[in-house]
Amino acid sequence: MSTRQFGARVQRNEDARLITGRGRFVDDLPLDGVLHGAFARSAVARGRITHLDTTAARALPGVHRVYTHADLGELDVTMPLLIPHPCIGHPRTQYPLAHEDVYHVGQAIAFVVADDRYIAEDAARLIEIDYDILPVEVDPAKAALDGAPLVHEDVPNNIAAHLVQVSGDPDAAFAAADHVTRIQVRVDRSTAAPMECLSTAARWDAVSGELTVWDGTQAPIGLRGALSSLFDLDEDKVRVVAPDVGGGFGPKIVFPYSNEILVPFAAKDLRRPVKWVEDRSENFVHMTHERTQIHDIELAATSDGVVLGLRDTFLHDTGSFIPYGIAVAQVASTQIAGPYRIPAIHVTFDCVYTPTVPVTPYRGCGRPQANFAIERAMDQLAAELGIDRFEIRRRNFITPDEFPYTRPDLVFADGLPVTLDSGRYDDALAALEKALDLDAIRAEQEQARAEGRMLGLGLSFYVEGTGLGPYEGAKIRLHPITGKAYVNTGLTAQGQGHETAWAQIVADQIGVRPEDVIVVEGDTGVFDWGVATFASRAAVVSGNAVHIAAVSARARIAQAAANMLEADPDDIELADGRAFVRGTTSRGVTLAEVATMSNPLRYAFNKAAQTATQFAPTARSTGKPLPDGERPGIEVSEYYSPPHATWAYGVHAALVEVDPVTCDIDVKRYVCVHDCGNMINPMIVEGQVAGGVAQGMGGAFYEKLEYDENGVLRNASFMDFLVPYATEVPHIEMIHLETPSPLNPLGIKGVGEAGTIPVGQVIASAVEDALSPLGTPPVRQVPLSPSAIHDLLRQARVNV
Amino acid sequence: MKPPCYEYVAPDTLAGALRVRAESEDSVVLAGGQSLVPTLNFRLANPDTVIDLRRVAELATIDTRDGMIRVGAMTRQRTLERNDAVLARNPLIRETMEYIAHPVIRNRGTVGGSVAHADPASELPCLLTLLDGELTARSSAGARTIPAAEFFEFVFTTALEPEELLVEVAFPVLEPGEGWAFREFARRHGDFAVAGAGATLLLDDAGRIARARLAACGVATTPVRLRAAEEALRGVEPGSEAFRAAGELARDAVTTVDDTAASADYRRHLLSGLVNDVLTRAAARAGGPR
Amino acid sequence: MNGNHGTNHLDAEPVDGDTRYGPDDRIAISLTVNGEKVEAAVSPRLLLSDFLRGDLGLTGTHVGCEHGVCGACTVHLDGVPARSCLTMAVQVDGMEVRTVEGLAGSDGTLHPVQRAFRECHGLQCGFCTPGFLMAVTHLVENEELAETDDGVRAQLAGNLCRCTGYMGIVAATRRAAAEIASKG
Ligand SMILES: Cc1cc2nc3c(=O)[nH]c(=O)nc-3n(C[C@H](O)[C@H](O)[C@H](O)COP(=O)(O)OP(=O)(O)OC[C@H]3O[C@@H](n4cnc5c(N)ncnc54)[C@H](O)[C@@H]3O)c2cc1C
Ligand code: FES
Ligand code: FES
Repeated sequence: MSTRQFGARVQRNEDARLITGRGRFVDDLPLDGVLHGAFARSAVARGRITHLDTTAARALPGVHRVYTHADLGELDVTMPLLIPHPCIGHPRTQYPLAHEDVYHVGQAIAFVVADDRYIAEDAARLIEIDYDILPVEVDPAKAALDGAPLVHEDVPNNIAAHLVQVSGDPDAAFAAADHVTRIQVRVDRSTAAPMECLSTAARWDAVSGELTVWDGTQAPIGLRGALSSLFDLDEDKVRVVAPDVGGGFGPKIVFPYSNEILVPFAAKDLRRPVKWVEDRSENFVHMTHERTQIHDIELAATSDGVVLGLRDTFLHDTGSFIPYGIAVAQVASTQIAGPYRIPAIHVTFDCVYTPTVPVTPYRGCGRPQANFAIERAMDQLAAELGIDRFEIRRRNFITPDEFPYTRPDLVFADGLPVTLDSGRYDDALAALEKALDLDAIRAEQEQARAEGRMLGLGLSFYVEGTGLGPYEGAKIRLHPITGKAYVNTGLTAQGQGHETAWAQIVADQIGVRPEDVIVVEGDTGVFDWGVATFASRAAVVSGNAVHIAAVSARARIAQAAANMLEADPDDIELADGRAFVRGTTSRGVTLAEVATMSNPLRYAFNKAAQTATQFAPTARSTGKPLPDGERPGIEVSEYYSPPHATWAYGVHAALVEVDPVTCDIDVKRYVCVHDCGNMINPMIVEGQVAGGVAQGMGGAFYEKLEYDENGVLRNASFMDFLVPYATEVPHIEMIHLETPSPLNPLGIKGVGEAGTIPVGQVIASAVEDALSPLGTPPVRQVPLSPSAIHDLLRQARVNV
Repeated sequence: MKPPCYEYVAPDTLAGALRVRAESEDSVVLAGGQSLVPTLNFRLANPDTVIDLRRVAELATIDTRDGMIRVGAMTRQRTLERNDAVLARNPLIRETMEYIAHPVIRNRGTVGGSVAHADPASELPCLLTLLDGELTARSSAGARTIPAAEFFEFVFTTALEPEELLVEVAFPVLEPGEGWAFREFARRHGDFAVAGAGATLLLDDAGRIARARLAACGVATTPVRLRAAEEALRGVEPGSEAFRAAGELARDAVTTVDDTAASADYRRHLLSGLVNDVLTRAAARAGGPR
Repeated sequence: MNGNHGTNHLDAEPVDGDTRYGPDDRIAISLTVNGEKVEAAVSPRLLLSDFLRGDLGLTGTHVGCEHGVCGACTVHLDGVPARSCLTMAVQVDGMEVRTVEGLAGSDGTLHPVQRAFRECHGLQCGFCTPGFLMAVTHLVENEELAETDDGVRAQLAGNLCRCTGYMGIVAATRRAAAEIASKG
């Protein structure tokens, strides 16, 4: 195969089924005799259940069982804290079904299993639940104050975790500074809102003692581990399959959710397949949220804008429980200095319990908040020192010759100090300036201002630690009948196109078309070593594992073909599904033949097999059919473990105009320069970036979960929580830089979250620029609704 | 999110429907279902009886004779919006209806359903309020006509009695030379309006404003006429000064409090800007006899 | 899926205008789905989306919100797009329903819109895709495509996609429209 597939815009293998309605999402699986579940959920935020009666629900025709915590036996335990950390002084996780206490609206209290979902919902409504309602405080800043109502009675000030990190000598830096700037910023709560909500189906096979669970998860192997442990089953008796999954974006990495326990439990108990599909109204109060952080950040700088030190103290709202540990806060804290050299950092955070849906990573995972804090502060510093916003960033960039650049004692989510591997930050900024045509924009802005229009430019530079370990693996097997390659990894995809990207990597090594590489993932039945899909790690960690496996498969194929062709393995070339001796095209064999011949067979079940039986003339040899140390067939498994995170980066800018009547923001241009190292498939990368920016737009303008003072979510529907349509997302101009990561064979860095991270700051910075002639106060919070913009304008006492 | 249990009737005549309506304790009408079904799916409504009007052909009519555009309650929104005879007699109807949700919703949603549902942010109730439209309600006992000004009573609440059906919605045509405009702002395309405003403007021979009509949606518990602004415009020279002043007078019409969509302060600001805008555009369209 | 809402009620009769049906009654409906005649008996509260997915096994039609906002459940009713989550199965008695499974030709030839979505990377997870395909098919076959990017985006509003950021979908819509226009 002459054209390299790596780096090409290869169309996706997964599309064929998805565009014809043949996708297989959990709710699409035809499970014979399946029963349907529905949960009864808490209607109050913090309360004590005084009365729980399921009699009427159980009596409803069509209802098979109603479970409360008392029915769960061994499973009635609090769920694991998935990522422990010594700084979590008061870890709390929830029960599958609430005991007496409820901690947030939506917490699962009972589970109904019925003939269909309609009846299950009817029954759930018949469950009588009375509560003693306890006082609540949903604002994390107030919840951390003395005297605030406590979410967990024994957790003082609602502080779940507290961490201080010091890198370099911040005190000295602040003492040496000419200028210190301070700002408090806030990013509000949001939710990933994948188009497919959570979903679980399970079947218990009483004959084999096997439990099969189909689940819309990002972490089938992790869930398999949790379920075998909870249900006390051998790992090989539990198979977790994540079939097609309709978007993940983070919350589907968390496990086990109540449904992931109750559905298999009921299937086992009732000896019938059981299914539960979260509906949209449940999704808002059940699937985990992210984002609320309040940062108080200070920068110490010289008068020419070189930042010497940074102090950041922030509150992180972790909701009512902390199942995923401090991941979000930790990632925020380690990315707080962005692309800047800043040699001295003091960062402290408190994770605060509030009586709300628990908080775990959502695309960006703390980085949007950290980016908002550092970049808002950089804008403010620039303004105070009278330095251009582009220039002040340039003065602080880590330069290419400084890599690898370590921030001592700032420990990233992989347990290692932050070490940025590579980058050309200056080039990225220059590329942005060129694409924008800054001079023209400034002229346009001047003109607009003269006409009384509010036109502004904003930018944000971000870095993103991606590709976390510990490891991933890949198995490649060449099929003897078709000659197609089968690839398995321990990951799962929710739209990222693994079936294509992995195929490209394999195709390059073994000389087949990408469509002849069949990737099957997300099934612990086919491959069960690995971690999960999160933290923009799939391409980096699995991609490299697939590459290493493909190299190894290539070597085995070449060796086998060399044996068959009586040639030197070094002279074997693989292309077009064949192996042949270099320089000839006639002396060759197909990969199907190679696969067939490398497996000495006893049975001639078809024509190809005939040639491989131990009695066939070609196979006859004096030695053993399978020499010592050899394996049958072409099958390899390899693993890749990254030394530490790879650091992708980029810079986005937007030109916006604020409408004086509607206070709406028109994004006239949106430009994105990004560098995720080498790209496997630019088409897929662009899709990831565009999707990320769209979610960023949601976070910048529209998407804010609003709890009222009683802890009830006021906008728990798509009518009121505004996920953008095409009309609310701008066209994105995209510029790719490719600086290979030195850390892995393919030179790639992750890109899954990149698009989302900088958008809040880009918009805030642009709006601030647009409004600045009016003397508005600085923008310190996203999302920026029209009401918020109106408020800024009003504060400027502009008569609008 | 599945609908609750209910009894279901799909009468084939209006008379039959009225009979069921009279017999039912607590009935709702399944017209286009675009508001009712979400309400059922969320189980916010739990009616005893659902009366499906899809088979009552006599309610799906449009009659443009005389000075009124008479629209049967079961006429699909998209059908009214796309009717050329309607456009010729009252172009404001189309301009306004394009703001209702998305075409896919308007394909199913009915004119009567939108009006009977009486969401205060809805466009059609606002338009009827603006144009002094009329609603015809019917029960087994007979029919009555209700002026728009008396029809919309509160959020999701109208003057319809439980045993009545809304059968016809009548939109007056515009006067020759009457200018018109509608505009709203929703944060996301097709959503219910944060606020919207409609205007008609009739000039006298001297080019002064003989009659201005203004109405708003999304700002109160019902659509509202902006009477103070209308009064202030009478006899005045049309122009930016007058229109800005009218916008200022409109602010007081906002009685909704802060909600997740908008602050009350912002709504006031928005409404005044929208009023200014629709008046400006209506003035540009106003002129001699059409 | 909806066991006792399903089709196993052979005694069900077509709807009668004077009958008051209880929640456990079944009403016979007769319709065409992707060109094939379908007879079924449905509960009065069964949503069309659940009928298609559960009773007919046409799981291509997805359900993303069940309140009309996301568009994943969009199908054509008598040639016109509609939300199947906001339509009762009884309401489509006598109608022609087209779903994503009916887009490709009977020989498997993809509809130009389907091809364009693949070529322009108009999908990632594919969950929203059936709804978009139905909306865009109607758009390019029956309406005039807007000239500007903003205009096309307005025509696509009404369907949510959480993955793509819409860039690929806009491009796919243009490509499909151009192909259909070039064929007259
Ligand atoms: C995503 C989405 C966005 C929307 N955006 C908008 C928008 O921006 N603006 C807007 O105005 N609407 C909007 N709607 C609502 C839509 O216009 C509905 O079609 C309309 O509100 C109801 O009309 P319907 O025919 O669907 O009525 P149904 O939903 O069938 O009925 C609605 C209510 O009216 C009653 N009713 C219906 N017909 C009669 C009758 N003849 N006599 C007595 N009572 C009757 C019913 O009992 C029921 O309570 C939106 C809907 C959705 C799903
Ligand atoms: S599922 Fe029907 S519109 Fe979302
Ligand atoms: S492709 Fe995933 S929601 Fe659109």
